[in-house]
Amino acid sequence: MSQTRRDWLLSDAPQTRRQARLGAIYQGWLTFRANKLAMFGLIILVILIFTAIFAPWIAPQNPFSQNLGGRLAPPSAEHLLGTDALGRDILSRLIHGARITLFIVGTVALIAPIIGLFIGTVAGFAGGWLDQVLMRITDIFLAFPKLILALAFVAALGASIGNAVLALALTAWPPYARLARAETLTIRNADYIAAARLQGAGPMRLLIRHIWPLCISSLIVRVALDMAGIILSAAGLGFLGLGAQPPMPEWGAMISDGRTYILDFWWVAAMPGLAIFIVSLSFNLLGDGLRDVLDPKGGKE
Amino acid sequence: MTDPLLSVRDLRVAFPTRQGVFEAVRGVSFDLGRERLGVVGESGSGKSMTGRAILGLVRPPGRVTADRMDLDGQPILNLPERKMRKIRGSRISMVMQDPKFSLNPVMTIGDQIIEAYRLHAGGGKNVGRQKALDMLHAVQIRDPERVMQAYPHEVSGGMGQRIMIAMMLAPDPEILIADEPTSALDVSVRTEVLNIMDRLVTDRGMGLIFISHDLNLVAQFCDRVLIMYAGRVVETLTAKNLHDARHPYTQGLLNSLPRLDAPTGRLPVLQRQESWRDGDTITESLETEFPGGL
Amino acid sequence: MLKIEHLDVWFGLPPDRVDAVKDAGFSVTAGESFGLVGESGSGKSTILRAIAGLVGSWSGRIEVDGQQLEGHRRNRDFYRSVQMVFQDPYASLHPRHSVDAVLSEALKLQGMDDIDGRIPRLLDDVGLGRVFRFRYPHQLSGGQRQRVAIARALAGQPRLLLLDEPTSALDVSVQAEILNLLTDLRAEHGLTYLMVSHDLVVIGHMCDRLSVMQHGRIVETMDVAALRRGAGQQDYTRHLIGASSGYRRY
Repeated sequence: MSQTRRDWLLSDAPQTRRQARLGAIYQGWLTFRANKLAMFGLIILVILIFTAIFAPWIAPQNPFSQNLGGRLAPPSAEHLLGTDALGRDILSRLIHGARITLFIVGTVALIAPIIGLFIGTVAGFAGGWLDQVLMRITDIFLAFPKLILALAFVAALGASIGNAVLALALTAWPPYARLARAETLTIRNADYIAAARLQGAGPMRLLIRHIWPLCISSLIVRVALDMAGIILSAAGLGFLGLGAQPPMPEWGAMISDGRTYILDFWWVAAMPGLAIFIVSLSFNLLGDGLRDVLDPKGGKE
Repeated sequence: MTDPLLSVRDLRVAFPTRQGVFEAVRGVSFDLGRERLGVVGESGSGKSMTGRAILGLVRPPGRVTADRMDLDGQPILNLPERKMRKIRGSRISMVMQDPKFSLNPVMTIGDQIIEAYRLHAGGGKNVGRQKALDMLHAVQIRDPERVMQAYPHEVSGGMGQRIMIAMMLAPDPEILIADEPTSALDVSVRTEVLNIMDRLVTDRGMGLIFISHDLNLVAQFCDRVLIMYAGRVVETLTAKNLHDARHPYTQGLLNSLPRLDAPTGRLPVLQRQESWRDGDTITESLETEFPGGL
Repeated sequence: MLKIEHLDVWFGLPPDRVDAVKDAGFSVTAGESFGLVGESGSGKSTILRAIAGLVGSWSGRIEVDGQQLEGHRRNRDFYRSVQMVFQDPYASLHPRHSVDAVLSEALKLQGMDDIDGRIPRLLDDVGLGRVFRFRYPHQLSGGQRQRVAIARALAGQPRLLLLDEPTSALDVSVQAEILNLLTDLRAEHGLTYLMVSHDLVVIGHMCDRLSVMQHGRIVETMDVAALRRGAGQQDYTRHLIGASSGYRRY
C-alpha cells in the first residue's frame, strides 16, 4: 500500500490538481530528507514546538515559584539544570521560555518578510520614481545597526515583549526588500511575464500570481537562516532589560540575570545560553535544507 | 597502421536517481584518428555527456565506466583529478556552445589566453603573450593587440567563440572536443569558425570531435559520423554517405528537415521505436579510416 | 490584417540610443503567413515586440485590422486577436504554474466561459492529450512546453499569431512536429502568421512571403518561390541563401 502511495505521489502524470500539488510537496520532502543535518534541525525545532505547547505539563516545577533557601544551587537530581538567584528551577524556566522565544521568532518571521516582499516587489516591478523612493527608505533603515534601531524603537514605545517584537520586525525587513527587489528585476523581463501581459494580465495579477510565488521561496530560506539572528537580537533586547520584563522567563533576560554570578555560578547564565545556541543552530541547519528544496537555481536535473 | 589518438570501448555514464540508476551513455565505442569525427543526436542522446566523460568532467554522483579509454595508448579513465588536469587543456581541449559562459567576465581576453597557455606549457609572460597573439592571429582576429585588452562582454558572439578556440588551442592539444561550437552563431560567422577548425585538423594533424545536432552541417564538415540515440551509437558512417544512412532513426532525422529545394505541406515526423534503444549498431567499420592523418 | 509603415524602434536615450529597427514597412493580408529573416541583431524580433506592445519606444505606423496602435498600451480586443509564441520554451512558461494553471489563467483573462471544458479541447488541439493537464513545466520536454505555449496563445481564439523563432531551441525531429502543428492550426482556424526566424529553410517551409532584414533595415521583400529559386535581388539575400545551404570547404 505504501509503495503504491509513493508511486502515486511521484507520478509523472498526475490526474488531478491535488495530486500534482501533493506530488510536488513530496518531491521536496524527499530532497529535504536526504539532508541529514537539516533533518536534525527540523527534529530539534519540532521538539521545541512541543515543549512550548505542553510547557505546563513538561516543566517539573513552577517557573515562578521562588525558594530563597535553595538559591544558586548547582545542577542536581532535584534541579536538573540548577536554580537561579531567586531559587527558581532553571529547567522549568527554560521550558516556559520556549513559548516566548517561539512567539518572538514566529511573529517577526511573519511580519518582516511580508513587509519586505511587498516593498521589494513593488519597487522592482514598478521601477522609476516609486522604486527610487522605496529603495531610499530601505537604505535609511539599513544604514543603522539593527539592534540600535530596535533599541530606539523600544525606548520610544516603552519596554515590553510586544514592543520588542514590533521593533525587531520593523528593523528586520530591509534585507528582505532588497532580496525581493533583486529577484523581481530578473523575473520582470522573463518571457512568461511578457506572455501573461499579452493575455491582458494587469500589474496586480502579475505581481501576486506570477512574481510573488517565485520570490517567496528564496525569502523563506533567508528567513530560516536569519532566525538565529532574530533570536539573538531578541535575547539582546531582553539582556538589556528592554524586552520581556521580570519575572517572565525569557532566555536573554535569564542570561542577563546570571551575568552577576557568571564566574561562581556558571550554570545560571550558561544554560539559557546553551538553549539559544541550540535553537539558533537548528534554524540555520533547517534553512540550509530548505535552500536545497526551494532554491529554483538548485537545479531540477 | 598507427594507433588511434583516442580509443574508447563500452563507455558508460550512470547517474543514480530516485527512480533508479539512469544511464546517460550506454556503451559507446569509437576510435578517433587525426580526423573530423562528428557526433550527432538529439538532446538527451548522451552526445555531450560522452564528451564530458572523455575529459573527466562528469561530476559525482555520476559514474563513468569503460572497458577502455586510451589516449595515445595510455589509459585516462577515472584518473585522479590532479593528473586529469594535466591532460585537460594541454592534450585534450573542449570548446563549449556559448562563449559567454566559458570566459571569465572580469579578466581581459589577453590575460585569459596567456594564463591558459602558461598553466599547461609554462614559460614566461612574454612567451605567453607572443603565443596568445599568434593564436588570435591564427583564428583570424584582425586586430589581436586590441582584442587582447578587451573584456569578454566587449566582443561579439562569433568573436567570443573564436577567442575560446584560440584559448583552447594555445597549448597545442592533440584532440579538440567541440560541443555545438557554432549553434549560437549566425550562419556567416559559422563558416569562419568552421574554417579555422578545419585548418587545425588538416595542418596540425589534430583530432576533432564535433558534437552537433545539425545533420547537414556534420555531413558537409566531418569525415566520419557517429549517430547517437538514447545513450548508444546506432549508426556510424562516412560523412559524405550520410544521406544514404540505413538506420531508420538517421533516415527519420534527415527526413524531418524542411528543404528549400523540395517543398512539402507537412514534414515527415520521426516515429520512434522501442527497438532502437537496444538494437545493433549499423556500422561501416569501427576502426578509423584515417589513423595517420589525412 | 497587419500593416507596418516607416517603423523605427530604438532602445535607450541619446547618447546611448540604439536604433534597433529603421524605417521598416510591410503588410500581411488575412490568412497569409509572412516571414522575417535575419541574423541576430537584425531587429526582426524587435518588430514583433513592438507590435505586441512589449516595447514602447517606437514611431511610425502599426495597424492591426485597421486599428492604429500607439506606444505600448493595448486594449482587450487587441489581446483577443493577436497573440505571441516565444523562442525559448524553457523561459516562456512560469516554473511554478502547472499546465492547467497556465491555460485556465489565459482563458479567464480572455473572458472565456466553461474553462474546465475548454482546457482538454485546447490540449487536444495542440496534440498534447489530457494526461499533461496537471504537469509542471519541469516535467515536460522542450517540444511539449512549446505546445503548451501555443495552446496558451490559442486560448482567446486569436486571428494573428506572432511567432518568434518558435522552433530554434528544439531538436530537428521536434521542430518538424511543431511546424506541422502550426501548419495544421493555421488551416483549421484560419490564422494569420507573422513568423521570425534566422533559419531561411524554416521560413521557406512555413511562409508565403518574407522580408530579409539586416542591421535593422528591411533589405528585400520577396515571395517564397523566389527564395526557392535563390533569386534574391540583393547581395545580402544571396549571401544568406548561400550560407544557409550548409558548409562548403573552400
